[in-house]
Amino acid sequence: MSALAACKLKASDYKSGTRPVWCPGCGDYHVLLSLTKSVAELGLPPEQIAVVAGIGCSSRIPAYLNCYGFHGVHGRALPLATGLKVARPDLTVICAGGDGDGFSIGGNHLLHACRRNVDITYVVMDNEIYGMTKGQPSPTTAQDWDSELTPGGTGVSPFHPLVIALASGANFVARAFSGDPSGTTKILVDAISHPGFSFVQVLSPCVTYRPDQREWKTMVHPPPVAFTTDAAQAARRVMTDDGFNIGVLYKGSRDRYGQTVDCNARYERDLDEEFLV
Amino acid sequence: MTDQAGKSFSVALLGKGGVGVITAGELLLAAAARCGRYGLMIRVVGPQIRGGESAALVRLGSEPINCLDDRFDILLGIDWKHSEQVLADISIDADSIVVTDPAQDGVPGAIAASGAHIRELELSSLAETINGGRVNMVALGYVAGLAGIPQAAVTQSIENKFGRKGRLSVDASSKAAVLGHSEATTSSPPASLDEPQENRWMISGNHATGLGALRGGVRFAAAYPITPATEILEWLAPRLKDAGGALSQAEDELASINMAIGASFGGVPSITATSGPGLSLMIEGLGLAVCAEVPVVVVNVMRAGPSTGIPTKAEQSDFNAAIYGLHGDAPHIVVAPNSVTDCVYTTQWAVHLAEATQAPVIVLSDQFIGQAIVVTDPIPAISFFAKRKLAENVSEDFERYAITADGISPMPLPGTPGGQYTADGLEHNAKGAPSGAAADHNAQLDKRARKISDFDYGQHWADIDGDGELAILTWGSTTCMVREAIQRLPDEISDKLKLISLRLLLPAKPIEMAAALDGVERLMVIEQNHTGQLYRYLRAWYDLPPIVDTMHRPGPSVFRPGEIAARISEWCDE
Repeated sequence: MSALAACKLKASDYKSGTRPVWCPGCGDYHVLLSLTKSVAELGLPPEQIAVVAGIGCSSRIPAYLNCYGFHGVHGRALPLATGLKVARPDLTVICAGGDGDGFSIGGNHLLHACRRNVDITYVVMDNEIYGMTKGQPSPTTAQDWDSELTPGGTGVSPFHPLVIALASGANFVARAFSGDPSGTTKILVDAISHPGFSFVQVLSPCVTYRPDQREWKTMVHPPPVAFTTDAAQAARRVMTDDGFNIGVLYKGSRDRYGQTVDCNARYERDLDEEFLV
Repeated sequence: MTDQAGKSFSVALLGKGGVGVITAGELLLAAAARCGRYGLMIRVVGPQIRGGESAALVRLGSEPINCLDDRFDILLGIDWKHSEQVLADISIDADSIVVTDPAQDGVPGAIAASGAHIRELELSSLAETINGGRVNMVALGYVAGLAGIPQAAVTQSIENKFGRKGRLSVDASSKAAVLGHSEATTSSPPASLDEPQENRWMISGNHATGLGALRGGVRFAAAYPITPATEILEWLAPRLKDAGGALSQAEDELASINMAIGASFGGVPSITATSGPGLSLMIEGLGLAVCAEVPVVVVNVMRAGPSTGIPTKAEQSDFNAAIYGLHGDAPHIVVAPNSVTDCVYTTQWAVHLAEATQAPVIVLSDQFIGQAIVVTDPIPAISFFAKRKLAENVSEDFERYAITADGISPMPLPGTPGGQYTADGLEHNAKGAPSGAAADHNAQLDKRARKISDFDYGQHWADIDGDGELAILTWGSTTCMVREAIQRLPDEISDKLKLISLRLLLPAKPIEMAAALDGVERLMVIEQNHTGQLYRYLRAWYDLPPIVDTMHRPGPSVFRPGEIAARISEWCDE
């Protein structure tokens, strides 16, 4: 696309007009805004973007965008996105979802998507809750958080997604806060532009089931230091910080996944010959 | 006994893993192919990963061979330790010859009790006379000699297989085979040579499946290893790469089916292969492919179930899972290849069906046809090729899930300007927006059902032979044994028979079936599972003759033609 055409794209060009199912005040509205602003800033034509999601409140996001979208089954967004990017390396593939979808039912796929390092950006809107099923603890919920399903709390330590992503080989790791759309937009531009698997945890409050998360806006702060290219150092930082460091934390330079489809290739080999006795 | 059964020659080579009985079996098959024979080989292995007992079961003949015989002419044991489990698949009788090395402690009791002729051959001593000589090559030469295969054909096959290992390896193997061959031909006159053939193929069902996929236009595969389907994926890996395609190894079957669906959403014909437990995990993804209308092919190489079951043995017991496993009303297609060579055709057809209907297709192969290797005439190419109805010039009011007469809605591929839509497992309206409205649900359910039920499957839904008033209905690999059973029966019985081998299991084709069953007085359904899964399905979907009998039993032993011939013959007299 020409520079002129790229200039014309506005964030609103990427919205489908479908009204979200989200509650008033949900952090995901701002993630939707930041995502559209970031792809507009990158000048990516809507038809060249595919947004792939699983199941949950935040996973509804593809329908709210004017891009190609896939709203798949619970937890399987990353394999869908992986297959799509391998088949269509020309597309910008963004995978999006929540903490239950990505860290619990889809947890195993996260490890292997990080390892594989396919050039996709994974945006997890983390609100430490299953919102669509009306308030059950997720893998990032504090262990003493009381719920109908787990009276008195889960008694199980929460999961640390950024450390897992670093340990598994993600090539870009950042934490964003939905309440800061311009900061989130910058991080997403950086994540989409970075080659390989980029993982962005967006703290995105659930005002309905976790009204306490309204306080997040007073708790977030920039990281004390710039991002590192040393995964071990990044892991140490995120394991010891307060969980509210917002910004790019790690940028790696691992080789991308090698498998890719070339749709223009012509088949030269005579398959029949190899079966001849 | 007809010509085929009469002329065929069955050899079992048995030995512990590592001695190379499977290699010897493959070389025997290749040598037979070189001198104009057809053949089939089955690999039988014990549960051990390495070092357990294994056997190569080889059957040779002058006509194409699609299954094992009931018994073996020759059983050669390189050693007999831990052979009980493998011997269960090898039936011998007083006319069989059992070859044993005198260095061993004699043959197992069951073999001695069979009354077979026991012949001693100093396999290990003969091999030791050659530098680098191996017992399996002596055994190969010996059984080739007994089968009337000239030494030259054996040597050629050895050259072909071991050529890249260097001269020393080829020479050692050839010399050992020559020694074995000369021992065999001293005891009986050499059999007459058949017409040499230059253009025979040797192919396994799993490789044939891979070939069908590639011929059909598949360019992406997702892979999670599972016995007995892995060879399909291993065969595809380098060949997809050569074709500009790709294979991704997935972390599990949940991932592999979703990777295949993702790639197909991008416009690339996609496949994955698995076996029962993997199919169970993929069912969730298959439901997504139904609802989001994304073409995908899943090859299920059936093994004995449920659960882990008997991974190395065939059974036709995933029929119900393939037909009924999806939740909701989920129209999809299920097809079954009915011989090793038909795996090429049926898989290629499956790719065509998936792409044309934008729906998932399950191919029900099984361990028997998947892992059997046959010598066959070249398998000709057919014209079915992946062709999707695409939306290329998209107008403002484009509807991805438009209600069309044939139920198939044009699909825009990502990158098509203006065609943006969200493929969804949520029920949706014609536009693709999520909808829980009854009208949308009904319209989309009707559309998805119609595109499968109204599609023109042509004559390929079944293979029908004969025109008798007694019909045999079967499917998949069991067709191989039923065909031979019918050939063996005397004309006065076989003239009364009609064989219907169902290739299209879902959707049901009641009108075509009614025509096929016109004038049929009695029907017998033959399948390899414990509960008669096809039989019960037929009862639900088809108008059947007043008398329907069944012959069904589970694995792990596949049917033998004699067993089926006996049952049919009895049934015809009832």
